[in-house]
Amino acid sequence: MLRFSRSKIIATVAIIVIGLLLAVPSAMNREQRQAYLNAIPSWVPHWLVPSRAIVLGLDLQGGSHVLLEVDAQDLLRGQVTLLRDDVRRILRDTRVSSQNGIQTVPRGVQIRVPDAADRDRLMPRLRELSQPIGNAMLGQAGGNAVEINTTPDGVITLTYTEAGINERIRRAVDQSIEVVRRRIDFGGTTEPSIQRQGADRILVQVPGLQDPQQLKTLLGETGNLEFRLLAQPGATDVDMLPMEDQGGQRVPVERRVIAEGGDLTDAQPAFDSQSHQPIVNFRFNIRGAQRFGQATTENLGRQLAIVLDNRVISAPTIQSPITGGSGQISGSFTVEQVNNLAVLLRSGALPAKLTIVEERTVGPGLGRDSIQAGKTATYVAGIFVIIFMFATYGLFGLFANIALLVHVGLIFGLMSVLEATLTLPGIAGIVLTIGTAVDSNVLIYERIREEFKAGRSMVSAIQAGFDRAFATIVDSNSTMAIAAVILFFLGSGPVRGFAVVFILGILTTVLTAVTLTRMMIALWYHWMRPKALPF
Amino acid sequence: MRLVRLWPENSHFDFMRFRRFSFPLSAVISILTALMLFSGGLNFGIDFRGGTLMEIQAKSGQANVGQIRQTAEGFGFGDVEVQEFGAAGEVSLRFPIQSGGEAAQAAVVQKARDTFGNDYEFRRVETVGPRVSGELVQSGTIGVVLSVIAVLFYLWFRFERELAIASIIGTLHDIVLTIGFFVITRHEFNMTSIAAILTIVGYSLNETVVVFDRTRELMRRYKTMPAEELLNLSINHTMSRTVMTAATTALSLLALVLFGGQAIQGFAQVMLYGVVICTYSAICISSPMLIYIGLRGSETVKVPEGSRAAAAE
Repeated sequence: MLRFSRSKIIATVAIIVIGLLLAVPSAMNREQRQAYLNAIPSWVPHWLVPSRAIVLGLDLQGGSHVLLEVDAQDLLRGQVTLLRDDVRRILRDTRVSSQNGIQTVPRGVQIRVPDAADRDRLMPRLRELSQPIGNAMLGQAGGNAVEINTTPDGVITLTYTEAGINERIRRAVDQSIEVVRRRIDFGGTTEPSIQRQGADRILVQVPGLQDPQQLKTLLGETGNLEFRLLAQPGATDVDMLPMEDQGGQRVPVERRVIAEGGDLTDAQPAFDSQSHQPIVNFRFNIRGAQRFGQATTENLGRQLAIVLDNRVISAPTIQSPITGGSGQISGSFTVEQVNNLAVLLRSGALPAKLTIVEERTVGPGLGRDSIQAGKTATYVAGIFVIIFMFATYGLFGLFANIALLVHVGLIFGLMSVLEATLTLPGIAGIVLTIGTAVDSNVLIYERIREEFKAGRSMVSAIQAGFDRAFATIVDSNSTMAIAAVILFFLGSGPVRGFAVVFILGILTTVLTAVTLTRMMIALWYHWMRPKALPF
Repeated sequence: MRLVRLWPENSHFDFMRFRRFSFPLSAVISILTALMLFSGGLNFGIDFRGGTLMEIQAKSGQANVGQIRQTAEGFGFGDVEVQEFGAAGEVSLRFPIQSGGEAAQAAVVQKARDTFGNDYEFRRVETVGPRVSGELVQSGTIGVVLSVIAVLFYLWFRFERELAIASIIGTLHDIVLTIGFFVITRHEFNMTSIAAILTIVGYSLNETVVVFDRTRELMRRYKTMPAEELLNLSINHTMSRTVMTAATTALSLLALVLFGGQAIQGFAQVMLYGVVICTYSAICISSPMLIYIGLRGSETVKVPEGSRAAAAE
């Protein structure tokens, strides 16, 4: 029977009203939303108030999308250096000497200890280096990070395993995300989004950013700061590093590190009170202050080397012991450079270099134009379809049109709750679902017409139309859903936005085209008692 | 009020006759597409080819394309494609991928911003490095292949074998013809195009499924009707719905083509073409295909015991 029980009507209407209410915050701009949230009396529980809104994609609001990749080579180089230092320390502790020093091999280091007794002393200590991967407490056994191979003639090779490197990359991404967050927190209203993507990537999205040059400069530096001393003539343990304010000429710098970036507690851009040059003021923590104080006391008159990412950025002469724990970096810097330097120092060093593998920037003008064009296309498509459905199915077309409007409203409602991102392809998705949403209604109406012609009574024709068309509706929507779901998992950014809209559209169309239309037709039948189909 | 009817009631049109034209036509177009694909190929966008794309707009409203081209070629970043598009002095520049790995791409953007920044507004800048473009090619291909496989499984569970084979042929046909559209029109082929192809796969199947649902229903009702007649009947029964849905979808897409803006136009055009192709293939390819694959063979497999005895009589 063509009946809709009272409870079913209430349930249907309630779901639709809630769904539409959820879309309300998305219809407001930021200020209106704030005002509306403030206007809600405080005794209303906040979870009852729809407050979430759709997020506009960067292609609509303008902004920068930068995909960074942790440089695995750079990371491995750093890890091998650490391994080398560890091996050197162990050799020294155990008083064992390697015949040809510590050789670097791909992914690791090699030493040669021919004496068996020496090896017996050495091996247990070396084995400590091959820590198991993962958290032992969580029982995540995954092999060892470092593999140790020994040949009978005493060649010992320590190499990072594949799993070990992957683990380091994973950790490096985690650390990098934190550092990136501190570096690009511009402190404005823009809220950058920073997410891990895949195994070794970080996706940074900054709405409203027009020229990501500063961002790229900030993220392009590892930010590894070291305070060392310029080597005196004849010193042996030195690195030859390029000196910035002498056109990149290489100067000898002692290997010993007095203090490093990790010892800083603060760094601020400032101007020198005498020369009015831009400088960076910094403050050490207790450990850094002690070591720096001691070193400057002992090396009065010598030149300090302030090394950033293996470049000497400044080499001031130590005029007096610096024991107060604070100091300044001066050099021939521009204001922008000291600003960036201060941010780099405050944020700490990246565990490895980050490479930009993809960049997409949309200016605010294009975003605005896209929104405008998307709106126009949506309205026009809506009007086309509404007129067309009404012209074809009359009153039933009107029912379908109401269902269509609710359908679009519900897509916005669902997207608001999910705080989904609306992109330009997403708008295309909405326009496309306007066309396909009425498909279900068309299927039902054509079926009703057919059943009526075949001699059924009106009620039974409507009933049969809905029932028989339903299987086809499920079928045809599932096929669309298959494509949409694959697209969702495959695509990123804008394309994914399209898939989201499409999937939600398929879900809501079943509610609106089937349940809501059926309810309207049932009510119409009960009130009007019509004798013939209106189309 | 007189209501519009796009398709006459009680039509008895002989759709199956079309196959004499549609089969050779589609075969020729498919072969041509394949040939052109291997000779000329697709006009890959930077998603798949890597490189840098910039869309700039003259602040004065008047772009000097010749000068931009000359300046940009002087950068020494390889062959640059400069094109005017849209309305008010909008120009797109496309630089090829730079050798020297991921970091080398950034130099292109910097140089262009420094050079044109004063007179032009940078509306869009996209740089895709070699690694990402390689991955996008991979995931795009996987996506299309996966969708075909997923659809195959769906059809396998949902339909008899013969119907499933016929619909998958129709879907493959639509994919090939869509790619043909890209080859012939030189439309840029990028990640959005993959989205369009996947949507067309969904729509193609949707069209076929609606017809075949009816075919199956009629097969049970008219157990002895010849395949050709049965298929004609199924299409005639569903034709008014097919026309209506194609019309509403095409109207929406037309709105997108006309008003959706340049950024989405390509997608909308492909989809509009896809709707036409899918409708055509459901009627003129997948359905008549069943005449050759054999329609009744399936009945002995799926129809319940009792009715099978009846059918055998």
